[in-house]
Amino acid sequence: MNFQVIKRTLGWLLIFEAIFFLVPMLTALVYGELEGIDFLLSALICLSAGFLLTRGKTKNNAVYAKEGFVIVALSWIVMSLFGALPFWFSGVVPSYVDALFETVSGFTTTGASILYGNEIEGMPKCLLMWRSFTHWVGGMGVLVFILAFLPLSGGQNINIMRAESPGPEVSKLVPKIRQTAGILYLIYAVMTVLMFVMLVFDMPVFDALTTAFATAGTGGFAIKGDSFASYSTYSQIVVTVFMILFSVNFASYYLVLRGRFKESLTEEVRAFFIIVIAAISLITLNLCLTDSAAYEYTTGEAIKHSAFSVASVMSTTGFATANFDIWPVFSKTVLVILMFVGACAGSTGGGMKVSRMLIWGKGVTNDMKRMLHPKQVKKITMDKRVVGHEVVRGANTYLVAYFMIYIASMLLIALDCQDLVTNFTSVATTINNVGPGLGAVGPNGNFAGFTALSKLVYIFDMLAGRLEVFPMLLLFAPNTWKK
Amino acid sequence: MKIIIVGCGSVGRTLAEKLNSDGNDVTVIDTSAEKVRTITGRCDVMGVVGNGATFTTQREAGIDTADLLIAVTDSDELNLLCCTVAKKEGYCKTIARVKNPEYSEDSAYLKEQLGLAMVINPEYAAAEEIARVLRFPTAVKIEPFAKGKVELIKFKLSKDCHIVGMSVKDVAMKYRSDILVCTIEREEEAYIANGDSTFAEKDIVSIIATPKNANEFFKKINYKGSAVKNAFVVGGGGITHYLCGILERSGISLKIVEKDLATCEELSSQWLKSNVIHGDAIDRELLLEEGIDKAGAFVALADLDEENILLSVFAKSAGCNKMITKINRIDYDHVLNQLDLDTVICPKNITADTIVSYVRGMKNTMGSNVETLYNIIQDKVEAAEFTVKEKSPIAGKPLAELKFKKDVLIASITRGDKVIVPRGHDIIEAGDAVVIVSKQRGLHDVTDVLR
Repeated sequence: MNFQVIKRTLGWLLIFEAIFFLVPMLTALVYGELEGIDFLLSALICLSAGFLLTRGKTKNNAVYAKEGFVIVALSWIVMSLFGALPFWFSGVVPSYVDALFETVSGFTTTGASILYGNEIEGMPKCLLMWRSFTHWVGGMGVLVFILAFLPLSGGQNINIMRAESPGPEVSKLVPKIRQTAGILYLIYAVMTVLMFVMLVFDMPVFDALTTAFATAGTGGFAIKGDSFASYSTYSQIVVTVFMILFSVNFASYYLVLRGRFKESLTEEVRAFFIIVIAAISLITLNLCLTDSAAYEYTTGEAIKHSAFSVASVMSTTGFATANFDIWPVFSKTVLVILMFVGACAGSTGGGMKVSRMLIWGKGVTNDMKRMLHPKQVKKITMDKRVVGHEVVRGANTYLVAYFMIYIASMLLIALDCQDLVTNFTSVATTINNVGPGLGAVGPNGNFAGFTALSKLVYIFDMLAGRLEVFPMLLLFAPNTWKK
Repeated sequence: MKIIIVGCGSVGRTLAEKLNSDGNDVTVIDTSAEKVRTITGRCDVMGVVGNGATFTTQREAGIDTADLLIAVTDSDELNLLCCTVAKKEGYCKTIARVKNPEYSEDSAYLKEQLGLAMVINPEYAAAEEIARVLRFPTAVKIEPFAKGKVELIKFKLSKDCHIVGMSVKDVAMKYRSDILVCTIEREEEAYIANGDSTFAEKDIVSIIATPKNANEFFKKINYKGSAVKNAFVVGGGGITHYLCGILERSGISLKIVEKDLATCEELSSQWLKSNVIHGDAIDRELLLEEGIDKAGAFVALADLDEENILLSVFAKSAGCNKMITKINRIDYDHVLNQLDLDTVICPKNITADTIVSYVRGMKNTMGSNVETLYNIIQDKVEAAEFTVKEKSPIAGKPLAELKFKKDVLIASITRGDKVIVPRGHDIIEAGDAVVIVSKQRGLHDVTDVLR
């Protein structure tokens, strides 16, 4: 294990985090809030720790696969530990574990909160800005951001990018990793600005900015107690569209920019849109056809709410315009399934990813054919390209590890004596980085009622979900640290 | 510059690493996903899996915007096809590796008809290098400089040399030879020589001089080394074939040991002057019988690296003074240096080096005015040739009055037909071609060396 390079990267990460703190500091300055001092203090702590860690020369800059995993896992943990400081210093969140939960939920673009609606609305604006901004930073990946700016260690940085970026297969857009990271962030930033401009006509600048950050990262922290219900229909539609856009593979946008439209509509993207449309239709029909006293929707409202909820859950954002906890069981079930499916690989969304679903689906069909014709040779293909054995195996191992964590988490959460629906969906919503679940953690609920142990479990789940399980698991595997 | 490399064998890999560290945008193509993955995990290049000769794959690798395509797969035909397709589709230059002697005899035709920028034959390049060493056996490496008028000669100091322990200044005072000491390598470190540098035993020194002056200098300092008269060659493969052709009129006679009778017959019928012996070179008695101890040089060109290394070590112990060893695997060259094998020739490395220096030259003509670039000490010291422009700050003043950066040396000045090995009082004029040796890589202009 090359500790020097790990130390150095963590140092740079903290320096960058100190720079990120400038955003809430500026907000505090604009609104004249004293909490800005807490950010200044946190930034100074980050800077000094960062400078200490980056000091000295590293002799060996090699980042092999194991360093890549460890750097990514440690970076996310360290970044969250320091990112939680302002919440804690300001006294808005008195418990450090709660502050950490809120920050991890931000960076992993989950959007699950331990705060009640009225607490959120009473929060200083600079803290609200930091909450939303963590989504933006975490969405595309902070190390990818650093890679775009710093020549860290040359070619082997692909190991860092592979470990941080979501999806079964990570490839570059252009030969150089720095340029690839730069292009990704450019597309990301331009889309965020576009969204901000479309929203700012309809709501205050602060609201538009935080909403754009939270949507771009597919995070889901809202600055109002009722999430997104009180905004105009226009804004809700804009957010719906952008939630869907941010959960499409960014490589497709690059292909569109290069004028290769046909290639940009990959199998995964097509499947993603089919699932979105199917889910919206099913839920709309279900809402219209079921007689319920709990809600009263016109057909238009039903379409709007179902589209917003489907986009929000499948992109793993987690905004809400309606409390879907009171919807019929069928609609709720569809939404829970969508939580697991998640967004496209290479987007800012979480979940298991549509491309993995395709690989598994095709794998099952192939194996069924092979049962009928034992000698048949058949390969799994995507976009007319053979999916390598390694990739298929990786996806299968991911599934097993994912559910092992899922089961262990449910067992630990069960100590809290919540009902099974809450229990099941709370783990689903954190490990898939969605935000709201059902029951006590539904769109109108929050995670405040859990014990510190459960919160730590959720923190682990959110990080494991965002980093796709293995970096976090490897961090705790004794083999990783053996000499 | 955007470069596409087809074929991820050892040459492709070396090229990808070097071209990438020079700051080019490199994309590699190979049919083996495994090989592509290995290479993209090691250096910052993009990988495309597929057949590099197909239009689809090339397009995916971005042939439309590429500046250069290098085809170094195992198959000559595939390489040529890759280049043809690339030429039709893109606006890039193309380089093909062609191994088959029958094709490479046509290389001029191929270059012209297929529009190739360069056809490289690794075995021929290796044979050329070996011939150069045989003509000057005590040198570690000889490179033609300034269009061949002067040579860069690298040699290792033995303890009988008079200059061991002296400084560069003293040597210049005492022997008054018209040579320039360029670099001194000592224990993996490379130094650019200045007046106060001293020579020690086992240093690898490089000097720049005309062949005549160099010979005089070597005589004065008691350094033994003139062209060998006869060389002992093991193995009758492609390199041997080319070597016979190159050395035909040089007065160096070859004795070739080859175990395959048909190859022996072919060689002896084609190269009448050479002495072909049918037998297994591993046979110690045979080598002694044929007079390995009296040979001017021993050249190991068998197929197996292990065999070549073993034979060279044996030749040294038998009393041969000059060994040349061919090695195919390039990964362990630093270990081989410790074995004291004199000259190690690696055809794949030569191929990669030749292509890299072509690419550097091509890149430099795009933005700066470097004419040729030489790699003097692997990845440490480079020499670049520039043409000095009118009103250049470097022109018109005696060199001693110019303020140069650290570790920079003006190695030669070419004015018309004349080559000057510069001294402090020499003045560079506009229009001169100067060669600058420096540790700083990526020089773009002659003024970059001034402080």
